[in-house]
Amino acid sequence: MMERLDARGLFCPLPVIRTQDRVAVMALGERLEVVATDHGVLHDIPAWCRINGHRVVESRDDGSEVTLVVEVGTLPEAPNHGP
Amino acid sequence: MSQRKAVALISGGLDSMLAARVIMDQGVHVEGINFFTGFCVEGHTHAIRRKDRARPKRNNALWVAEQLGMRLHIVDIVEEYKDVVLNPAHGYGAHLNPCLDCKIFMVNKALEWMEEHGFDFIITGEVIGQRPKSQRKDTMPVVARESGADDRLLRPLCARNLEPTRPELEGWVDRQALFNFTGRSRKPQMDLARQRGIDDYAQPAGGCCFLTDEHYAVKLKDLWASRRARNYDLDDIMLLKVGRHLRPRPAFKLIVAREEGENNFLRGYRKRFVHMEPVSHPGPLVLVDGEPGEQDIRLAARITGRFSQGRSAAMVTVQVTDRDGGRRTLEVPPLDAGDVPREWYV
Repeated sequence: MMERLDARGLFCPLPVIRTQDRVAVMALGERLEVVATDHGVLHDIPAWCRINGHRVVESRDDGSEVTLVVEVGTLPEAPNHGP
Repeated sequence: MSQRKAVALISGGLDSMLAARVIMDQGVHVEGINFFTGFCVEGHTHAIRRKDRARPKRNNALWVAEQLGMRLHIVDIVEEYKDVVLNPAHGYGAHLNPCLDCKIFMVNKALEWMEEHGFDFIITGEVIGQRPKSQRKDTMPVVARESGADDRLLRPLCARNLEPTRPELEGWVDRQALFNFTGRSRKPQMDLARQRGIDDYAQPAGGCCFLTDEHYAVKLKDLWASRRARNYDLDDIMLLKVGRHLRPRPAFKLIVAREEGENNFLRGYRKRFVHMEPVSHPGPLVLVDGEPGEQDIRLAARITGRFSQGRSAAMVTVQVTDRDGGRRTLEVPPLDAGDVPREWYV
């Protein structure tokens, strides 16, 4: 079953921080559904995923709530992966 | 020799971006760390105010990390940061900004992170003379010493004006390829950005924390005075960012939404407060913070009428909801603009 994070009522960057902290204890390939009311997550969570090697596999905006599904990925270890 | 690793304090502004870039360009593995204090300007206020929604929003720290191709770790320090705000050993700047204590605290947190993750040193975008309180020649060693980072704290943009640090002495970085920027001018940083192909960055520096804002500081002091206690929680400091704040009597304060985005934001808090809304005319949601008596409620309803579209009507009907959910309506004459003294505005 997919894990779920309720970030409704939180304003960015808190939904990103909560996502980060949950993903940190999840395994590669697992998915986390994040539900939020701050539309800023539509920019911030994908940006956070890109720089940390994760993937947004689904994104829905019903006006009052936004739902994103994050798939846990990985980055190669050092050196920096570059822009 | 294995590749050295540095953790960079990333605010989202140009200086920390350049500091990280300069060290990455020397072949060091750099990861960013960004701290959420609750007083950050970006994010919240943009999200709350609906009129800003059309603008593209971005979290500048995340954006910087993406531009540089480095990982970013965002750390929630809201609880621990209270002691910095309430009891700054080095005092405040112009308002309630404890800039020097803040920098010491953040470098210390970065040091903890560095040791936990096996990194070698810390970098910041500090420049001597850039900030009157926290970035002076005499405060640089204070930050290094009191944070515990000592010679593992490198400021690449002004390193050549400071004593060599361990990364320089050990040859992990080339001191000659670091910089000697001083003063408040932004030109050296802008030139360096251009040289490194960075043409888009957030500005200006210094506008990122509500504690440096005079009006915000006044509202926070008013909150402490009204409670006879210097403390806060995250909701308190969020609510100070939103709406008009009026204190007509010592016992209570009104928070009046200014537009739809703020109305929606305040709606999320309404169960914690006595709150009111005009029902005979369109108008704002108003939270009543404190312990209002019956006369106070009536005055608050008249003020609510004043900020509604019924402000010119003879009477406005206002729905009042208590904390326990009990509802009633009051029919009141809206207060005239001239009857709302300037000193009520916090």
